[in-house]
Amino acid sequence: MSENKTSPEQSRRIRVLVAKPGLDGHDRGAKVVARALRDAGMEVIYTGLRQTPEMIAEAALQEDVDVVGLSILSGAHMALAPRILDLLKANGQSHVKVFLGGIIPDEDLPRLKEMGVTGVYGPGANTEDIINDIRGALAEKA
Amino acid sequence: MLAGDRLSLARLLTRVENDSPEGRAALVELFPYTGKAHLIGVTGAPGTGKSSLVNQLALHYRRQADQRVAIVAVDPSSPFTGGAVLGDRVRMRDLSGDPQVFIRSMASRGSLGGLAQATAGMVQVFDAAGFDVILIETVGAGQSEVDIARLAHTTLVVEAPGLGDDIQAIKAGILEIADILVINKADRPGVENTERALKSTLELAHPAQRIFLHHGQVMEVKSGDLRSAQGDISTMWIPPIQKTVSTEGRGIPELVEAIARHAEHLRQSGDWVARERARLEVELEMLIQEALLARFREDVPAQKVQQVIEQMVKRDLSPWEAVKSLMNGRSK
Repeated sequence: MSENKTSPEQSRRIRVLVAKPGLDGHDRGAKVVARALRDAGMEVIYTGLRQTPEMIAEAALQEDVDVVGLSILSGAHMALAPRILDLLKANGQSHVKVFLGGIIPDEDLPRLKEMGVTGVYGPGANTEDIINDIRGALAEKA
Repeated sequence: MLAGDRLSLARLLTRVENDSPEGRAALVELFPYTGKAHLIGVTGAPGTGKSSLVNQLALHYRRQADQRVAIVAVDPSSPFTGGAVLGDRVRMRDLSGDPQVFIRSMASRGSLGGLAQATAGMVQVFDAAGFDVILIETVGAGQSEVDIARLAHTTLVVEAPGLGDDIQAIKAGILEIADILVINKADRPGVENTERALKSTLELAHPAQRIFLHHGQVMEVKSGDLRSAQGDISTMWIPPIQKTVSTEGRGIPELVEAIARHAEHLRQSGDWVARERARLEVELEMLIQEALLARFREDVPAQKVQQVIEQMVKRDLSPWEAVKSLMNGRSK
């Protein structure tokens, strides 16, 4: 037990908020990812469907997360993602890495990256990749 | 943090949860500011509706009494990977957007006693930050819930109809820690049975134990032989049974009133101070154990421990002798 306590993994567990902004009701993807991250040893806070950007930013603040994962299948990502990024910044959480999953057309990728989205994943993405990308992005920061 | 900055509060909670040196230092500084909040524990089997109930209670405290509410929602960590999915916020969406409510999800992280300690620390932070009511939600499954209940001034145990077998299982441990019993989902069939089962358990269990916690206002217990055994029955607290339907908010005002009555009872009977004292005693004990263990590990090389284990495996040394030899090694 004492060894566990001093290992870095234990002293700072990766905390991830998985949220579904907007109005589409398909949360299968979000749940699959939440589970995969759990199995990778992360603490996942799942907020459920139909969250406003304000609700998501507030939850990210209260939970002091390292990562926010957004699942958007409604096509509204170009409106929702920047709003959430702005709110995170306004709350002093610009260090939080934002990942995006769902139906995201390729032509939107450059602009999303520019806004500050760390990673974007579509159908067929490998959960291993998502896990590694999250770990990588956080290691960079440290 | 004391000035009400939510980001600092969130960060500090993380440090305290991780038991980092900064977290410990902060707890030392904040301690003088603690001791004002009403700590309410909410526990019960999975699926009884604890999160929804906490949601409703918090709403009520906000609307009716304009009190600042903090919620610590504990969900289990996987014992295999250490990961967790914390889903209590899903049921608490009514509370988002209210800056006077702060919800923090917490994974149990599966360490012995560590959960209670981390929770105690986080509760102290909320207390110092000026929250009036702190709701601590845990899955009722065993010892850690009992430990966490010790933290709280008032403990609600939540049941639901149709979980008959669970009630049987819970009777032994969880029911004894209840200050108030809540039958949630009381619009479901079978409420009468659940209520009857709880009532009869209470009547059997309570007079024999926790005499000093009884209260006279719910006088369903036949008190003929009690009176002689325990003196003044009017100062005893008998856990009331409250029925709620938390999805509709039914029974919530009555429950809040019962919680207030319990707080009043604790203050008048002097139990508030007694509980506070017991709580701090437990906390002190936990910290001493941890400090002693840490010192032991510092003083005794791991190699030596391994040697002793080898001797034990060979049956050259009994566990008791092993402890003796290691402790002696320490004092040198």
